[in-house]
Amino acid sequence: MTRFLRYLVPLAIFFVLVVFLYRGLSLDPKLIPSPLIGKAMPQFVLPRLQEPDATISDKDLLGKVSIVNIWASWCVSCRAEHEVLLRLAQTGKVDIYGLNYKDDRANAQRWLSQLGNPYIVNAFDADGRTGIDWGVYGAPETFVIDSKGIIRYKQVGPLTVDILNTKIYPLLKELQPAT
Amino acid sequence: MNKSVFTAAVLYLLLFIAPARADVTLESFSFDDKSTELDFKEFIGKVRCLVCQNQSLADSDAELAHDLRDEIYEMYQAGKSKDEITTFLVDRYGDFVLYDPPMKPKTWLIWFGPFVLLLVAGFLLTRSLRRQTALPATEISAEERQLLDARLANKSQNQDKIQ
Repeated sequence: MTRFLRYLVPLAIFFVLVVFLYRGLSLDPKLIPSPLIGKAMPQFVLPRLQEPDATISDKDLLGKVSIVNIWASWCVSCRAEHEVLLRLAQTGKVDIYGLNYKDDRANAQRWLSQLGNPYIVNAFDADGRTGIDWGVYGAPETFVIDSKGIIRYKQVGPLTVDILNTKIYPLLKELQPAT
Repeated sequence: MNKSVFTAAVLYLLLFIAPARADVTLESFSFDDKSTELDFKEFIGKVRCLVCQNQSLADSDAELAHDLRDEIYEMYQAGKSKDEITTFLVDRYGDFVLYDPPMKPKTWLIWFGPFVLLLVAGFLLTRSLRRQTALPATEISAEERQLLDARLANKSQNQDKIQ
C-alpha cells in the first residue's frame, strides 16, 4: 500500500499542477478586476461633445439603468465595437451614454456622423481626468449602471454580440423589472 | 589591446550606464526640494503601469502612464501623503497597481504559502530520514560471512606485500 502511495502522490501533485497551468492558459492578464464594481459611479461634470456649452454629470444618469461606454476616435477596437453599440441602441432597452476619452472634438463628431450615433449624450473628457476616476486603462470600456448609480458590470475591450447575449441582456433584465 | 578584452571592457562599462538611467523620468517635473523629488521618483517606480503591465509607471511611455504621472505629481505638489496617493490609485485600479501586494486574507496564500510549503517539505524530509536510520541492519548468511572474511584476509596480505 505504501509503495502504491509512493507513485500515487507525485502523480496527484502532477495533476494538480496541470490543472493550475491549464487554467493559466485561458486567463487574460490584461483583465484586471475593477474595484469599482458594486460601488457608486465616480462623480463628474463635463461639457457635452456635441453641445460644448451644455454639461452632463453623473446625476443625469440616476433613476434608470444606463450604459456608459468609453470610446475615442483614435481607438481601433472602438470602431470594431461600434456596430454592436448601434445594435444595442436599436433595441431601445437601455440608454447608452458615451464618454469621449482624450479625443479631438472635430474627429469625434465626424466619427458619429459617419458611423452613426448610438449615444443619448456624449461627455467630452479632453484631459482624461474623468477617465482616470473611472479606472479606465484600455478603451473601449463599458459599464452597466443601475438606477441608483451603482456600477454593476464592467467590460474591458470591445463589446461583442456574444457579450450582449450572455452578460448585458441578462443583467438588464435583472435590473429592469418588467413594468 | 586584444579585441575580446576590449569588448569585455566596453560591456563592463555599459553596466554602469543602465542604472544611472533609473532616476531619469520621461518628463521633467520640477520640485522645490530634492527630497520630495527623490520621493516622487521612488513612488512612481513602485506603481505598475496598467497598459504595459511589466513596466512601472516611471518607465512606461503609455499615454495613461503620462497622465497618471502628471496626476501624482500634482498630488505631491498639493502636499498629499503617499498613503493618500496610494488610496487614490487603488480605489480606481485595484491592488493590481501596487508591486507590493498588501497583507490581507485574500493575499495570505501569496505571503505565507512558501513558508507552509517549506514546513511541509521539512516535515517530510525529517520523517523519511528517521525512517532510514531506524531500518534494522541486514543480516548476512554464514556463507557470505566466510567470503567476506576471505576477502579481508586477502586484502591485508596484499598490503603487507606493498609495505
